[in-house]
Amino acid sequence: MFQKTISELAAGLRGGEFSSEELTRGFLQRIEKYDPQLNSVVTVTAEAALTDARAADARLKSGNAAALTGIPYLHKDIFCTDGVRTACGSRMLDRFVAPYDATVTQKLKQAGAIMLGKTNMDEFAMGSSNETSFYGPVKNPWDLERVPGGSSGGSAAAVAARLAPLATGTDTGGSIRQPAALCGITGIKPTYGRVSRYGMIAFASSLDQGGAFAASAADAAVLLEAMSGFDARDSTSIDRPVEAYSAALGAELAGLKIGLPKEYFGEGLEAGVGAAIDTAIGEFSKLGAEIREISLPNSSLAVPAYYVVAPAECSSNLSRMDGVRFGYRCENPKDLEDLYMRSRGEGFGVEVKRRIMVGTYALSAGYYDAYYLKAQQVRRLIRDDFARAFAEVDVIMGPTAPTTAFKLGEKADDPVTMYLSDIYTIAVNLAGLPGMSVSAGLVDGLPVGLQLIGNYFDEGRLLNVAHQYQQVTDWHRRVPPGFQ
Amino acid sequence: MNTHGSPKYATFCLLLKPLIEITHMSLDQEAVSRIAYLARLGVDESECAAYAHNLSAILAFVEQLNAVDTAGVEPMAHPLDTSQRLRPDQVSETDQHEKFQRVAPRVEAGLYLVPKVIE
Repeated sequence: MFQKTISELAAGLRGGEFSSEELTRGFLQRIEKYDPQLNSVVTVTAEAALTDARAADARLKSGNAAALTGIPYLHKDIFCTDGVRTACGSRMLDRFVAPYDATVTQKLKQAGAIMLGKTNMDEFAMGSSNETSFYGPVKNPWDLERVPGGSSGGSAAAVAARLAPLATGTDTGGSIRQPAALCGITGIKPTYGRVSRYGMIAFASSLDQGGAFAASAADAAVLLEAMSGFDARDSTSIDRPVEAYSAALGAELAGLKIGLPKEYFGEGLEAGVGAAIDTAIGEFSKLGAEIREISLPNSSLAVPAYYVVAPAECSSNLSRMDGVRFGYRCENPKDLEDLYMRSRGEGFGVEVKRRIMVGTYALSAGYYDAYYLKAQQVRRLIRDDFARAFAEVDVIMGPTAPTTAFKLGEKADDPVTMYLSDIYTIAVNLAGLPGMSVSAGLVDGLPVGLQLIGNYFDEGRLLNVAHQYQQVTDWHRRVPPGFQ
Repeated sequence: MNTHGSPKYATFCLLLKPLIEITHMSLDQEAVSRIAYLARLGVDESECAAYAHNLSAILAFVEQLNAVDTAGVEPMAHPLDTSQRLRPDQVSETDQHEKFQRVAPRVEAGLYLVPKVIE
């Protein structure tokens, strides 16, 4: 049952082959059995899930089920869930039971999806390996000594191990695509503004975007469609109808123009990863796509620009964690300043403190123009590179990450090296474009991700291109040994 | 009263002289303490050396932006260049302070409690 696609699960539920309660129990059992090895789920909401499943069964019987009615999913612990702890990987919010639902949480409830629990993540989504979590690192199901990527490492590892058929994620600099690549699954980050940020705990507001994980593009399409849409509560939400992504999965790829940025195939790309990407590109040629080299000349500036913009916005966003209205408060503060200093000092981990300090420095009096403004100018140069490329091609492809999953602890003490693991994903956030990653092979038993980048609001096209690839390959159906 | 630790004193210092020379990206431990104070982050003195090392590396890394000519480039605030939406100035939320204050560390009579501010 755990290897079925979403459309098979939906058909099985409608045909009475199994109930949502049985399905939910099945996945809860897999979490119980396998998660102790992975540490991918921080809160299991078994009782609520079973109650919701029984309600879904009633809805299925009455014949008015929605697309996801009765289908279980795991929710990244960055999305607020009314009455359920929302810790965001941080000691600061370890006891924070959210008093309201994020818009995404609400939308998934309305779509009938069954939340099994909340997934582990890097603290406040700051990390590329899931090692900055207060709840300990997540392990990669393909090799338990390796990282799953981050920051949505729990969601990616859980879907890879088939502990849930679907999971939500967020992507500020690659936090959906990079873990999807390292765990061998499909992940999509839509256009900035497509998924509401309301109730999604903010890291860098001009970059943060929610998205979906699944085994396949066809499955991810169903989840993304349910999550997307205009929301008046998010000031940067885009008021534009959501495409029916699942309905767009039939188009052939003949004549599709694919651009390969030469900057994504240079130094730093592991040879095995490069070879796997070449093979994947070959499949698209066979499907009739035209492949051509393109250039994104400002690519090398993406990571440095990001490490000004993201810390600056995080230092501002995280100032709300002050030990007064919610979250962690230190013991016996001697005065208000002591309360702020110690609550924040004890409540945040090292990487979060580093980024708050970089941001505070970059925004401090006299430096704003030199850092933040400069980075925002470079950001426009990066966006203009993409605009020129999309005048020539329909989709951009390349590796999602320069390497396969690295070992736990390997990069933990060297922030800059860690930051460079997002070298191919960050520019997409700076430009606000949709991007996704699909599994495109194994190198020494570890998955390789192929990144697909689309023009604004081209999520439907991206999902279809990925789907066509998955019709002629079977990497997305591989389950890590030990989790079958 | 020790004015040196006060926020006013820190702001005053900032106005008088640049926090750190921007021409070289190396932060010393004292600079780290000052930045941590600006961010109201309690950082142990024993951790300052490690922070100084890592923050210097990050700032040296982002310094490559300085080599880019951005004269006349408008800073990008939103990828789609949309502007902030406005809504009618009407009350749209109901009063849920009891529910929202349930997650606060200390509350009394609908008020958030903090240590005494005025002596």
